[in-house]
Amino acid sequence: MPDQNGSVRIGVYVCHCGSNIAGIVDCKAVADYAAGLAHVAVARDYKYMCSEPGQELLAKDIQEHKLNRIVVASCSPHLHEHTFREAVLKGGLNPFFMHMVNIREHDSWVHLNHDPATGKAKNLVSGAVRRVARQRALEKGSVDIHPDVLVVGGGIAGIHAALTLANAGKKVYLVERQPTIGGHMAQFDKTFPTLDCAACILTPKMSQVKAHKNITLWTYSDVQKVDGYVGNYSVKVRKRTRYIREDLCSGCQQCIEECVYKQPKFYDEFNQGLGKRKPVYLPFPQAIPQTPVIDPETCIMFKSGKCKKTCVEACERGAIDFELKDEEVDIKVGTIIVATGFKAFDAARVPYYGYGHYPNVYTSLEIERLVNASGPTSGHVVMRDGKEPKSVGIIHCVGSRDENTNRWCSRVCCMYSLKLAHLLKEHTGAEVFNFYIDMRTPGKGFEEFYQRLLKEGVHFIRGRVAEVTDWAYDPSEEGKLVLRVEDTLLGMVRRIPVDMVVLSVGLEPHKDAQEVRRLFNITCANEGWFLERHPKLAPVNTFTDGIFLAGACQGPKDIPDTVAQAGAAAAEALALIDAGCIEQEPNTAYVIEEHCSGCKTCVPLCPFGAISFKSEVNKAEVNAALCKGCGTCVAACPSGSLQQHLFEDDEIFEEIEGVLAYV
Amino acid sequence: MSANGFLYFPGCSLRATGAAYEESLLELFRVLAIPLTELDDWNCCGATSYMAVDEGSAFLLSSRNLSIAAEMGGHEIMAPCAACYLVLRKTLDYVEHYPEIRAKVEAGLRAAELKAFTGVKVRHPLEILYNEVGVKALKQKTTRKWKGGKIACYYGCQAVRPYDEVDRPHNPMRMDELMNAAGAPTIDYALKTKCCGGSLTGTIHEVGVNLNEILLREAVRKGAGCIVTICPLCQFNLDTYQGEMRARGVAIDIPVLYFTQVLAWALGGDIGKIGLKRSISGRAAIEKWFSSEEAPAYA
Repeated sequence: MPDQNGSVRIGVYVCHCGSNIAGIVDCKAVADYAAGLAHVAVARDYKYMCSEPGQELLAKDIQEHKLNRIVVASCSPHLHEHTFREAVLKGGLNPFFMHMVNIREHDSWVHLNHDPATGKAKNLVSGAVRRVARQRALEKGSVDIHPDVLVVGGGIAGIHAALTLANAGKKVYLVERQPTIGGHMAQFDKTFPTLDCAACILTPKMSQVKAHKNITLWTYSDVQKVDGYVGNYSVKVRKRTRYIREDLCSGCQQCIEECVYKQPKFYDEFNQGLGKRKPVYLPFPQAIPQTPVIDPETCIMFKSGKCKKTCVEACERGAIDFELKDEEVDIKVGTIIVATGFKAFDAARVPYYGYGHYPNVYTSLEIERLVNASGPTSGHVVMRDGKEPKSVGIIHCVGSRDENTNRWCSRVCCMYSLKLAHLLKEHTGAEVFNFYIDMRTPGKGFEEFYQRLLKEGVHFIRGRVAEVTDWAYDPSEEGKLVLRVEDTLLGMVRRIPVDMVVLSVGLEPHKDAQEVRRLFNITCANEGWFLERHPKLAPVNTFTDGIFLAGACQGPKDIPDTVAQAGAAAAEALALIDAGCIEQEPNTAYVIEEHCSGCKTCVPLCPFGAISFKSEVNKAEVNAALCKGCGTCVAACPSGSLQQHLFEDDEIFEEIEGVLAYV
Repeated sequence: MSANGFLYFPGCSLRATGAAYEESLLELFRVLAIPLTELDDWNCCGATSYMAVDEGSAFLLSSRNLSIAAEMGGHEIMAPCAACYLVLRKTLDYVEHYPEIRAKVEAGLRAAELKAFTGVKVRHPLEILYNEVGVKALKQKTTRKWKGGKIACYYGCQAVRPYDEVDRPHNPMRMDELMNAAGAPTIDYALKTKCCGGSLTGTIHEVGVNLNEILLREAVRKGAGCIVTICPLCQFNLDTYQGEMRARGVAIDIPVLYFTQVLAWALGGDIGKIGLKRSISGRAAIEKWFSSEEAPAYA
């Protein structure tokens, strides 16, 4: 075989992967077959090629048998390509003289019959042997990592990640869509199972974010565009205007005081509509930043242009300006942490629980505001009809573990339901019933909290509630909400009349999760939660290098888990930043200039903007630092002048012929 | 809706216990000038016992009606009885989605020298009035002022489940909206789709009547002066056993009408032609509400 490296001596290694491969594929037969192929000097099968002895075997064989090409038939290159390249390097060979064949995911795991599966493995190995002979020595490039970090989302996940990075001396941009940071945690009253006040532990961290010299905080802002690659992201952020200049505002709130609306009149998002706000408002007293927002949807100035503008008069610093426009800023960062959080399930989607129909049916998030001392009722639990409840029914798993809505367990509802049961009992002395499918209390101190609630006399009824109705079967039920439920421990259908019903709503991905996913070029699982690179071993990484996940945007999580994950994401970003640079795969595209006709077909196709056009010579040019090796341009080039390292035409053709050679 | 209106499938009940439904429906559609053509040589829809005992025969019975409809060139068949509606609708669904049922049905139709049906739609008058006439138009066409107090709209089970074309399965509201359009206020009736007892009133009488009583008492408790239904079996159950309840000491005497009776009356239909005299319960109230200077009292 003609080759630029003289005579070719190939070593073939067929891995059993315990019984993962060997259970279906006859590995020894594959190795024996490979031994008979042209240029194969050694062919072995081995229990675990990725093990230390397996790797040493490779390195030793390279030396002893003077091998200059290696084929490993084992699992996916995603898992162990790196391992075997290192092993080959240890044996003194260029790592790109090694080729991996996936006979696990592509073969043993997807087939049931031994003979055809073994045949397929032989096909694939035959292709790899022909291919590897053609492979060239390649060198890895390297790119510098920009030390700044973008954190998207200012809930507890984003706050914790941003502070960790900033404390390590890195410059952080924290972008939050809402007018304040704090996220859902700011709405909670107490946290389970310790019952410490959510605001007391959160607001100091919020203030730290604002005060930190390394953090640039942009609230009421969103990420518009992300370009570039690991180490070198260009990000466009839109800063929506509050119509109040943050640099001038002192946070005195005179504008709110003096608004022409003397009384708050509009739906208060932070209080779930249980309270009212004015068109100019601060979401909650400890909001960060302390700059109010003017909502153009409700402000008279924007609706009719005819307003006395008492807010403008009241502002001593002249910070209010109705002419302000949204601003766009471009920043450069090396890494990005996505911490966009979750959305609470819309309880109106389960009509049989009467949310929106019966006024005394609440969501759990509404109760958080109702029991909160800084909430719309100053912590007084009064229902929409003005009465204090004497009995409360808490329905678990609303929008969770349900074929009709969401199939997943939202993980936090059992515990927050217990917490709300405790708080409601404490605030009102009401009799509280929990309706659960299974109690899930696997965290630290969680089960103990459940036991405490049992001792406090909260009732637990195992069964999924069929409906909440105002139908009174007898006079004792008149004026009550009746929960109809099959008590599966008692084995009978029960009717439990209560004054107030709380729906423990589950956690859902944000409605625009798909757009956000596309923006950052990351992946979503079917349900819309962002997908981690590996569920066990890379839980905060995404499939895009340099972009990490933190908090509930990856799946339902409680506060401790969210904070732990945010810390992990920050550590991953730090690891990249402190390394200073990252090795780059050499499988990039390149132009054979003499064949290039300058048609420019490739230029707009490149998703990474890596191809430019040199008009002086009428040729395309690939920037190897930007190229991710996707191959789009290579496939599209009409003259075949775009080629790709590691995927050269002759390599591919040899592989095809090899695969077809075994019958 | 085509200019020819709808093919009308009365089914057994509209010619027997539910005669008031047919009379008021025909009068209502006459007032609205929507033509109805009765299906030629129609047969049993295949409901209840058939469906429970021998599904195959039920589908065949139902299919014969659908085939005749296709033959007559009418592609929209209106079935006012909730049971007829459900069986016909279910047949369309099953024949479409289950090849083995389709094969049986087609073989049966061939044996009877009938053609396979395609493109036939099954519709219910509630949904027709809501979608084709509309709440707004009904409001404009209303000529008589409702005097009957609040109405409990009772939808029953079959028309709204499992298919959601007549109305949404949980908390259906279209009948409420039509009543409101005709000037009649409605109550928030939590039991609007709960069981009326169905045929249990005939088989396990006590159980059936108890279910009935629950519906009636709750309607009265919520301040309804009248119950309005879209199903002849519901109407029969709710209307018929009130005397029995009174004999047990339950103070109940409330009219149970078809929604078409209220609408036909409100839209100026002939009071003598909407089956009011057929009601058993709440006669005094009916007589009071529906008496009119422009037409003789019905009795």
